[in-house]
Amino acid sequence: MATEATEAVSSCVGPDGSAIGMPQLCFDWFPNQIFWLVITLVVIYLVLSRVALPRIASVLSERQGTITNDIAAAEDLKRKAEEAEAAYEKALADARAEAQGIAQATRDEIKATLDEASAKADAEIAARTAESEKAIAEIRSSAMSQVEIVAKDTAEAIVAALGGKADSAAIAKAVDARLKG
Amino acid sequence: MATEAADHGGEGGGLVFHPMDQFIIKPLFGDGAVGMFTITNMTLWLALAVVAIIALMVLGTSKRAVVPTRTQSVAELAYGFVYKMVEDVTGKDGVKYFPYIFTLFLFILFSNFLALLPMSFSPTSHIAVTAVLGFGVFIAVTALGFIKNGASFLELFWVSSAPLALRPILAVIEVISYFVRPVSHSIRLAGNIMAGHAVLKVFAGFAAIAAVAPLSILGVLAIYGLEVLVSAIQAYVFTILTCVYLKDALHPHH
Repeated sequence: MATEATEAVSSCVGPDGSAIGMPQLCFDWFPNQIFWLVITLVVIYLVLSRVALPRIASVLSERQGTITNDIAAAEDLKRKAEEAEAAYEKALADARAEAQGIAQATRDEIKATLDEASAKADAEIAARTAESEKAIAEIRSSAMSQVEIVAKDTAEAIVAALGGKADSAAIAKAVDARLKG
Repeated sequence: MATEAADHGGEGGGLVFHPMDQFIIKPLFGDGAVGMFTITNMTLWLALAVVAIIALMVLGTSKRAVVPTRTQSVAELAYGFVYKMVEDVTGKDGVKYFPYIFTLFLFILFSNFLALLPMSFSPTSHIAVTAVLGFGVFIAVTALGFIKNGASFLELFWVSSAPLALRPILAVIEVISYFVRPVSHSIRLAGNIMAGHAVLKVFAGFAAIAAVAPLSILGVLAIYGLEVLVSAIQAYVFTILTCVYLKDALHPHH
């Protein structure tokens, strides 16, 4: 200790360099302590209020802003995803409806074709039937006239065989009368 | 600190304690009287506190990172801690005094912690220092109370929720307690720090006797841990009391 070489520097430090009483109560040092303390506090205050605090405040608010923005962006994206999902659902429903429509139309078309074909077939069948019936009627009527002819011939033959001589006009008249009768 | 004690112990040729020598103020350059502007050991440790505060609060935050580095997040933590304290205790209108309160908090915290380094000097153990802090707060808060509230600031002493008969007595007690505030405010801090350091020194002094040396070293260790705690707690207590006094000045009505 340098103080050992010299005599007591002040009323608070003894000649051996150790304190007399409490150094805290040495009034000789008060002006010095207060002076340097005030300087220190002013320096700290200026540094904090001019540089550090605005900087930290801006960093904190910037971080808050970033977080808020990110949350907003996330919400935006979520909304977009929901919209996309709704659009997809709608497209799916539309496609399903369209497919159903196409199937229905195809079914209707096939049915119409089928109906038309079956109507055509029916008509043809009816025409054929009528034609056949007509042919049968013709055949029947021609058979009738053949019968008449045969009957007249037979009657003429019978009359001839019986030795009569009948004129064909009278026989035809008689046969016709019989056939009608 | 311990080596200093051993120095003095050796001279006396026995157990001689000088637990208060660590608080002596010495000129840093040369010998002589301590004048008002002399650069002393206290000036050095005050300057170191300033340097440490600048390192943390200015250099630590120089990147202004949105995702903070470790140092920056400590600075932000200190800021947020004191800011929330001021806001919670004094309300929104006390926030504009936050830089003053934060200055006090950081100064006391760093002085206390730096004083725990061996061979260091503890400015906050000096009543001159803490009295300037304490009376500074007291005078500022009292002036602020009268400026903000005028004469109605005196209603602070008139407990309107108490029965009328008791009010004058309570007023006397309130006035006394109000004027005791700066004294207790400053002596609490200086007393805690001074006592802790003196006890450390006494325990260290016992280490000179071989028989009790292990015990005394354990004691130093334990007291040191306690002092770390006390350093932070006293900075916190000083700051929160400042906030409470500020709240009384801003809202004197009970």
